Amino acid sequence: MYSEKVMDHFSNPRNVGEIENASGVGTVGNAKCGDIMRIFLDIDDKTKIIKDVKFKTFGCGAAVATSSMATELVKGKTIYEALQVTNKAVMEALDGLPPVKVHCSLLAEEAIHAALWDYAEKNGIVIEGLEKPKNDISEGEEEEEY
Amino acid sequence: MEEKKILYLDNAATTAVAPEVVEAMLPYFTEYYGNPSSIYGFAAKSKAAVDKAREVIANSLGAKPEEIYFTAGGSESDNWTLVAMAEAYKSKGKHIITSKIEHHAILHTCEYLEKNGYEVTYLDVDENGLVNPADVENAIRPDTILISIMYANNEIGTIEPIGEIGKIAKSHGVFLHTDAVQAYAHIPINVDEENIDLLSASGHKFHGPKGIGFLYIRKGIKMGSFIHGGAQERNRRAGTHNVPGIVGMAKAAELAMEHMKERMDKQIKVRDYFIEKVQKEIPYAKINGDLKKRLPNNINVCFRFIEGESMLIMLDMKGICASSGSACTSGSLDPSHVLLAIGLPHEIAHGSLRLTISEDTTIEDMDYVLGELKTIVERLRDMSPLYQDFVSKS
Repeated sequence: MYSEKVMDHFSNPRNVGEIENASGVGTVGNAKCGDIMRIFLDIDDKTKIIKDVKFKTFGCGAAVATSSMATELVKGKTIYEALQVTNKAVMEALDGLPPVKVHCSLLAEEAIHAALWDYAEKNGIVIEGLEKPKNDISEGEEEEEY
Repeated sequence: MEEKKILYLDNAATTAVAPEVVEAMLPYFTEYYGNPSSIYGFAAKSKAAVDKAREVIANSLGAKPEEIYFTAGGSESDNWTLVAMAEAYKSKGKHIITSKIEHHAILHTCEYLEKNGYEVTYLDVDENGLVNPADVENAIRPDTILISIMYANNEIGTIEPIGEIGKIAKSHGVFLHTDAVQAYAHIPINVDEENIDLLSASGHKFHGPKGIGFLYIRKGIKMGSFIHGGAQERNRRAGTHNVPGIVGMAKAAELAMEHMKERMDKQIKVRDYFIEKVQKEIPYAKINGDLKKRLPNNINVCFRFIEGESMLIMLDMKGICASSGSACTSGSLDPSHVLLAIGLPHEIAHGSLRLTISEDTTIEDMDYVLGELKTIVERLRDMSPLYQDFVSKS
């Protein structure tokens, strides 16, 4: 079902963990659908280079693998370059995903965007081309009180 | 890569065909391949084998041979029952009662009937997945033609109070069907004692072959065919008999009935050993389904903060075959309808694991699973933002 690359990134995910006092944190997805991704960015304020990136993900094999690959793809890049990392790029880097799992790669893209948005907000800057992330974890949580 | 041992713990999905079953089937492929419906003497052997099989199956349920109809499996038996009963008794009414935790072969057929003018009541279940017989009684209306409640649930293993529901159905003059695909040949069933009018079963769930099942139809029920064509099965189910399949299923039933009690005791011991260990040794684990009214082979547990498919892939890497009710394994965004019906929130239902043992599963096997599971759950929790939030809140 999954490519070797996906299995590799699932079994040995890169950049799992968290960054304390991260420059930007983004959480997308909701527990209801079974996928939540949280990405932490450590950004150099001068160069705008992503010095470090970590993730935490609740989800299926593809969700973990796309998180891992997305973090690899943005690491060492500037925030402007990171914004250009699309879900398609993540999928290609993983040698493809089964059709039902394409949404995982979208989630990974959104998680990066959400972390960048958080950074921009904290620092009062505008990152050209970055839109406010749609997915918000709190939406899902409120409905779960039963 | 190192050679890995396969530990198959998905016996509710399908089972290994028993060697004795294969042996019993073989002559009916190459030697006695005649069509039981043919007139010449050569085909008599095939016909005799089908008759004998029908008797074995009937005896296992306390039924009469002429009440057993061979089908291609559980889904056909379920579809046949609902569609043909709806058709046969529509002059009495168009109301059917079932539960929210039935197999999709029942639920999707009910949806089909709803689109065709029938009304279906889907009963709630309690937190252990039990249907309340009083709810069944309250749902009965003058136009109710059929009650269909599964004998035991395929996901959480809960055994429904079919005997009590049977009494109620009988006293109201409503027919009772039970989908016994997971229960038949695993636990004792008697159609007369439990007032069951129709019962679905499938060969491959009890070490028989795939593609063969049966429907028990109590004498006197006037429902018609589902598969139209030839005059097989007393004009009720067309299609050349799957002779090797029928012989194999009957052999499997015979083997299952022979030492049912011992097998049940053995499985219950292994099942309860594991359930107790999981609860003791893995935090935030919840057992789903009734602990006592439970299929001997079923273990179903939710691990909070993690997702089922990830767990399954990691178990697979260790040679352990299991299943889950997570959305990712169902191909939709929603987790299992059964887990939602017993009141689990979505994010907990996504973290479910079903292990269904066989009579060959040992305590040592389950110790191995437990050891691997501990590592896997811990690893996935370390990776989980839900667990991170939980830890930081508490």
